[in-house]
Amino acid sequence: MNTKIMVKDLELHYGTFHALKNINIDLPENEVTAFIGPSGCGKSTLLKSLNRMNDLVEGCKIDGKVTLDGEDIYGDMDVNLLRRRVGMVFQKPNPFPMSIYDNIAFGPRTHGIHSKRRLDEIVERSLRGAAIWDEVKDRLDKSALGMSGGQQQRLCIARALAIEPEVLLMDEPTSALDPISTNKVEELVEDLKKDYTIIMVTHNMQQAARISDRTAFFLLGEVVEYSETGELFSSPRDKRTEDYITGRFG
Amino acid sequence: MNEPTTAMGYRRNVLDSREHVARRTPSKTPSGRAQALGLRGAVYAAAGLTFFVLLFLIGYILVRGIPYLTPSLFEWKYTSDNCSMMPAIVTTLKMTGLSLLIAIPISVFTAVYLVEYAKRGNRLVGLIRLTTETLSGIPSIVYGLFGLLFFVTQLGWGMSLAAGALTLAIMILPLIMRSTEEALLAVPDLYREASFGLGAGKLRTTFRIVLPSAMPGILAGIILAVGRVVGETAALMYTAGTATDAASGLLSSGRTLAVHMYCLSSEGLHTNQAYATAVVLLLIVLVMNTISALVARKLTKS
Repeated sequence: MNTKIMVKDLELHYGTFHALKNINIDLPENEVTAFIGPSGCGKSTLLKSLNRMNDLVEGCKIDGKVTLDGEDIYGDMDVNLLRRRVGMVFQKPNPFPMSIYDNIAFGPRTHGIHSKRRLDEIVERSLRGAAIWDEVKDRLDKSALGMSGGQQQRLCIARALAIEPEVLLMDEPTSALDPISTNKVEELVEDLKKDYTIIMVTHNMQQAARISDRTAFFLLGEVVEYSETGELFSSPRDKRTEDYITGRFG
Repeated sequence: MNEPTTAMGYRRNVLDSREHVARRTPSKTPSGRAQALGLRGAVYAAAGLTFFVLLFLIGYILVRGIPYLTPSLFEWKYTSDNCSMMPAIVTTLKMTGLSLLIAIPISVFTAVYLVEYAKRGNRLVGLIRLTTETLSGIPSIVYGLFGLLFFVTQLGWGMSLAAGALTLAIMILPLIMRSTEEALLAVPDLYREASFGLGAGKLRTTFRIVLPSAMPGILAGIILAVGRVVGETAALMYTAGTATDAASGLLSSGRTLAVHMYCLSSEGLHTNQAYATAVVLLLIVLVMNTISALVARKLTKS
C-alpha cells in the first residue's frame, strides 16, 4: 500500500476556533477513504485542507504538514497546480452557467489546452468516465443548468476528471441527490478508484460502509478512530465510535 | 410592450394585499370595513394615477409631435429653416458611445476590485463607496459646471465632444459601478469554489466565470447609464456646447438630441419641431430598452 497523502500534526484554527486538533492520518493510493462524523466535527475542513480550499476562508490558520507524494503542499507547491492534481467535487452540484461542453472544457482550457480536437476527446472521455455520456452526448451545447440534480453532480465529477487529477476529494457528493442518483454516483466511485485516490466526506454511514476501503471517524475536531472500513463498523475499538455507528448520538 | 403583464402583476398584488388586510382587520366592525375600503381605494387610485399620467404624457407628446415629423427634419445638414435633428442624432450616438467607452471599463474594474479583490473591512473600500454614493447624489448642473471649469477652461479643450463625454462619464460612473457591484455580489460562491477547485487562478475565475454570470446585472446598469446620457441637458450645455453641426472630431462642439430639443423650445420659434424631436427621442429610448431587455434575456438563458 502506497501512501498518497500524509497528514502530520495538523492544527487548524478559524480565528479563535480550534477546528482541527492534532490530525495524523495516511491516505493510501487507489483506495476510497471515507470521513464520517457528526456535523461540525471537522471532516469537511480536513478535506478542504488537502487541496488548500481553506486558503479562501478569511482568518484560517494552518500548522503542521500535508504531503502529496512526499511533497509539502503548504510549501513551495503552486496552489493551482496542487488543485489540478487534487480535484474536488462539492456538496451541492455547482455546474457553471454555460454549456455542458464548456463546463468540462473549462479545466483543460485553464491548463493551456486549446486544440478543438483534444478538447473534444477530453470532453467525451470525462463524460464517459462519469457515466453520463449517453445521457448528454446529443446536447453538449445546451446549458448545464437544465439538467437534473443527479446529472449535474455527475457532470461536476466529469468536470473534475477532465483535468486528470490524481486524487479526487468528494464533499458529501450525494447529500443533495435522490436515491437513484446516489446509487449511480456510488457505483461510479467504486469504478473510479482504479485510477484515482478518492477521499469522501459522508453523513451516510451505510454509504461509507458500502463503498469505502477505510474509514476515519471524526469528533470535535479530532480523529477518534481510523481503520479498515469492515473493522471499524464491526468491531470499533473506541467507545465513542461504537456509540456513533450504532446511532446513540449524532 | 410589457404594459399588460405589469398591469396584471399589479392587480394580483392588489388582490393579495386586500385578502391580507381583510384577514387581519376584523371587517365585521363598520370602522374596520371602512378602513379596508379606504386602503383599497387608495391603492387603486395611486396605480391608476401613475398609469394615466404616463399615458397622458406620452400621448400628448405623440399628438403634438407626429404631425410635424417631416422629411426635412431628417436632412443631413441643419439650417435654421429645416431645424434638422439629424446632426443631433449623430452627436447623441457619438456622445453615448464615447462616454460609455470611458465609464464602463473604469466602473466595472472598480466594482471587480471592491467585490473580488479587496479584503473585508478595507479602509479604501469604504472610501470608494462613500465617494461614489456622493457622486450619484450630485445634481447634473454641478457636473456641468465642473466640466466647464476643468475640461473646457482649464485644459483648454473648449466646448467639445471630449469635454462632454468625460463629464458624462464621471456622472454615470457610480451608476454602472453600483449595479455591477450588486451583480457580482449576487454570483453564488459555488461558482468561485468550483473554478478554484479546478486549478483556475483568481484572474481567470473573475473574468471567465464571475463576470459572465453577472452580465445581465451589469447590462442593466449600462442601460440606466445610456438613459441618463441620452436625456442629459444641463451637464452638456456647458461642456459640449450647442453647435448645430454634427460634432466631427473629439474637440468639436455639438448638441445631442435632448440639448437640441431644449434649444428649439427655448428659442420659442420652433416649438412644433421640438415636439417632433421629443417623439424621436422617445422612440430611441424605447428601442434601446427593448434591445437591451432582449439581450439580457438571451444572456440569462444561455
